[in-house]
Amino acid sequence: MNGVHDMGGMHGMGRIEHEKDEPVFHEPWEGRVYALTRVVRAGGGRQNLDNSRHQIELLPPAEYLRMSYYERWLARLIKQLIANGIATREEIESGTPAPGSSKTTPAVTAAMVPAMVARRNSARRDAAVSPRFKVGQRVRARNINPDGHTRLPRYARGKAGVIARDHGVFLFPDTNAEFLGEKPQHVYSVRFAARELWGERASSRDFIYLDMWDDYLDRA
Amino acid sequence: MASDEDPVGRRGFLKSAAASAAAMAAGTPVGHEHESHDHDHDHQAVPSDLNLRVKALESLLVEKGLVDRAALDAIVDTYETKIGPRNGARVVARAWVDPAYKKRLITDATAAIAELGYAGGQGEDMVVLENTPKIHNLVVCTLCSCYPWPILGLPPVWYKSAPYRSRAVIDPRGVLREFGLELPDEVEVRVWDSTAELRYLVLPERPAGSEQLNEEQLAGLVTRDSMVGVAKVSSAGLPGDKP
Repeated sequence: MNGVHDMGGMHGMGRIEHEKDEPVFHEPWEGRVYALTRVVRAGGGRQNLDNSRHQIELLPPAEYLRMSYYERWLARLIKQLIANGIATREEIESGTPAPGSSKTTPAVTAAMVPAMVARRNSARRDAAVSPRFKVGQRVRARNINPDGHTRLPRYARGKAGVIARDHGVFLFPDTNAEFLGEKPQHVYSVRFAARELWGERASSRDFIYLDMWDDYLDRA
Repeated sequence: MASDEDPVGRRGFLKSAAASAAAMAAGTPVGHEHESHDHDHDHQAVPSDLNLRVKALESLLVEKGLVDRAALDAIVDTYETKIGPRNGARVVARAWVDPAYKKRLITDATAAIAELGYAGGQGEDMVVLENTPKIHNLVVCTLCSCYPWPILGLPPVWYKSAPYRSRAVIDPRGVLREFGLELPDEVEVRVWDSTAELRYLVLPERPAGSEQLNEEQLAGLVTRDSMVGVAKVSSAGLPGDKP
């Protein structure tokens, strides 16, 4: 979707604020939101990483920009709890379970945390899918504007680059986010000249590399 | 009542609200008006009751039997004290002292990093990018906040912020200048936008004058910023550098 999250190349966002000795979490609630999200995710249900990213993208643009990072996570967590039938809006507003609601067992205990954190959950797939492109080949990013989730940023659409690496086969986020299947395909690192993306103001010595799936690319 | 129980959040909210109003009056972008870096949290307006709201949500999920409080404590503690940029620094230092390791790191980063015991979520498929006198690599995620958790921990606020995400791809040299790094024109800048599930670690250049240091001392020099590519590893403050 052409959302405000897709902000590569936008102007007017201001200076970068680099905080010295920044804490991992600035307030206790941020750590709790992070941890709650991890354990709820570990509980399973109808969710995956791509869909989770899309839930953040679906926040209204003004809200997205107003919210801090973990506020977005909190908004998403609440949406997912309700959508997956884990809690009702009334329960979340009151902070207490509805009378007679069922009680379950936690999916993650403290003893399980080290294993959970170390668990690999790769999007790489073992599928025998042939690459459509070779390293060194010139390609052009498709000019697509899907209203669902995509990892093809606007700033690269329609632009020409060169395949720099073939990373192998990965699931495709555009379909996975919508629970329409994994559609495994090759992902490449594609090298774009900054001048191809941004015009003559850019340095001729600057290059942008984007990771792109076969479905994002055509021969150039 | 909320302000009594949650003084930090309330103060932050009032501070942000006042700053936002001032910024609007001055015509500058809301939320990015600070020149000083003394504020104690993310500078966007934070509603006053967030600590309370999250506490209520946690209590609800505990009561429903979905969440074990001790597990939450363990997760927070893991990312506050165990998983962070020290891990990445050890990888970099090993690569500086062991050419064979460095070669493995460049060709199969995931396996080489796992040799040192680092693996897990958001680090499943690693790529290491070597900085040289001629090539400078910089990592960003313009679409969200992708970052190699097992070796750098959770990303800092600036990495996830709109200014960095919007500007790193269109004005990398300007961004680096803001971080205090002025690159000569002839150096090639490579910006890596983490649009897929590959996670990038920059292997910074070993600073001149560090030849006498052992691996552990070298690891102590390596900063998070240098492994994202917004800084070099400084030779200032080396043991041999002291007067």
